[in-house]
Amino acid sequence: MSTLTIRSLRKNFGAVEVLKGIDLEAQNGEFIALVGPSGCGKSTLLAMIAGLESVTSGEIRIDGRLVNSVAPKDRDIAMVFQSYALYPTMTVRENITFGMESRRVPKLQQDEAVKRVAAFLQIEPLLGRKPGQLSGGQRQRVAMGRALVRDPKLFLFDEPLSNLDAKLRVDMRTEIKKLHHRVGKTTVYVTHDQVEAMTLASRIAVMHQGSVQQFDEPATIYNRPANMFVAGFMGSPAMNFLPAELSQEGGRPAVAFQTADGNTASLPIVQALASDTPRQLILGIRPEHIYRFDPDLARRKPGIAQIDAVVELVEPTGAETMAVLRLGGKEITGRFDPDGTPLMGETVTLGIDMARACLFDPTTQRLI
Amino acid sequence: MADVSLDQSLDHHAATVAARRHFLTRFVIYGLLVVFAAIYLIPLLVVVLNSFRDQQEIARNGLISLPRSFRLEAWGQAWSSYCIGGTCEGMQRNFYNSLKMTIPATIISTAVGAMNGYILSKWRFRGSEALFTCMLLGVFIPGQISLMPWAFILGNLGLSNSTYGLILIHVIQGISFTTLFCRNYYVSIPDDLIKAARIDGAGFWRIFRKIILPLSSPILIVTVIWQFTGIWNEYLFGVVFTSGQQQPITAALVALTASGTNVRAYDVMSAAVLIGALPPLLIYLFGGKYFVRGLTQGAIK
Repeated sequence: MSTLTIRSLRKNFGAVEVLKGIDLEAQNGEFIALVGPSGCGKSTLLAMIAGLESVTSGEIRIDGRLVNSVAPKDRDIAMVFQSYALYPTMTVRENITFGMESRRVPKLQQDEAVKRVAAFLQIEPLLGRKPGQLSGGQRQRVAMGRALVRDPKLFLFDEPLSNLDAKLRVDMRTEIKKLHHRVGKTTVYVTHDQVEAMTLASRIAVMHQGSVQQFDEPATIYNRPANMFVAGFMGSPAMNFLPAELSQEGGRPAVAFQTADGNTASLPIVQALASDTPRQLILGIRPEHIYRFDPDLARRKPGIAQIDAVVELVEPTGAETMAVLRLGGKEITGRFDPDGTPLMGETVTLGIDMARACLFDPTTQRLI
Repeated sequence: MADVSLDQSLDHHAATVAARRHFLTRFVIYGLLVVFAAIYLIPLLVVVLNSFRDQQEIARNGLISLPRSFRLEAWGQAWSSYCIGGTCEGMQRNFYNSLKMTIPATIISTAVGAMNGYILSKWRFRGSEALFTCMLLGVFIPGQISLMPWAFILGNLGLSNSTYGLILIHVIQGISFTTLFCRNYYVSIPDDLIKAARIDGAGFWRIFRKIILPLSSPILIVTVIWQFTGIWNEYLFGVVFTSGQQQPITAALVALTASGTNVRAYDVMSAAVLIGALPPLLIYLFGGKYFVRGLTQGAIK
């Protein structure tokens, strides 16, 4: 049983405020991802949880115990570093036992623990080797082995996959997920890769400029992003933003914007609107909610609006094709099935899933 | 569009010309290097040869000439029986003095430098950079400037005219260099290693012993060679703060050339100089490879 609670945590480096009042909590066994662009403070936050950075103000509790000024070794945590930080002069076995040696765990118990972890991660043949003789993926496993062997209260991962090549990264991501399922330890995972955060986490904290923008389950973060930063950061290709004006169409609320040819196009709004909704809005549509218009689908699924757009560029990726479309004087990206790929220069009739669209206030950038 | 083909037949003439030009440039480069090497080596050769020549022969044929005789007596005399300033014990006592001074001073200054470097690179504190800058000043301050202060300190500690006094001087004077070397080397060891070890429960000393030291051999070899040769060859402090039987070999060598007899015993002097130069030479011979490697290598590839 282990939980992590962080209350209005602040960190200053000199005059620079790096963390501006962070509130987070992880329930027992939860997998929390801290995600954000570089410089958002996520790694500093992790280092503070580990005890490697001091706390300026606020509190960090592990299992209810205040650990603000507890040394890293006494926090009962284990950490996997981006660089793996394997001790280069020691063998894999010595790397794994180093922590137990430091804590004077009896030799017999050490051997047993190494055996268990090595079998678990399938690194038995590597135990006698030095880190320099291992491949990237193997080093990654050993680094996880070193963390696992301790059976800590809290696992901390600092961008553990960013030094691996693309294919291995996906494999290891799956492995980390499996591992978390089997071990069930409370985990905090720092990454700049929103896909990693989405696939692994039970809850995601999106960070930007030293504060948490949104802390919620992956589906909520993706479908109902709290603000335009979260909406733009999560998802690739990024969400399309169209400046629009609140209007009426057939007695129902709609958003209107100028198209390239000078006409006004309007899309009906499905969501209920508060009375104080501003007249100027930002309409956010994810690329996968833009289809080639299909009357059958429109009949089955309410809230699909119809609009014409010119295809400017087509980017096939194999599994799907991204098309850059000109709509309302802006370029938007749509995600198409390769079978129904539009052609460059073609004018396509799009179906836009307005039920999934997000509306933002342009001044506060918040979700309406 | 793979239209690349070997459309030119092999031009044997051009190939030969290129090969000849290559050979010529090589010849010039190596020729110059041989000349420079000779310029450096000839004085050493003269001394080596003279140490085996008969004194009379040197007097007859001059210092610089090929040997007509071969004898080892000069080495024996220089080591154990030649008279310097009244005592006839040769250089051996001074040689041992130098060893007794150089070995502890090298070990202590290297150890302190490693510890300083470890702290200044991995356990930074408020003002540690300023402290490091101050220590660096020691690299640029010539030894002569500290002669008077040292005279005062040694006098007060009662360490004048003793090997211990010289050890103290060389340890303190050497710390700037050893700290600089070690600190700059340790900076290239990733901080993540230290963080991982702290989480693993290792403290200051355990991290130093188990993680830093095993990575340190290249830089420790460099500092040991640097310190050993520097301290062994040092002359000024030796001649100022010791006299007679307490003198290190560098100071004694000068005393030998100034000893009263009319005839200059070039054979014995040559042998004595070589005895004095032997330890640093040997160190370079065996450690030179590591010296160059250590100076150019980072901590972790």
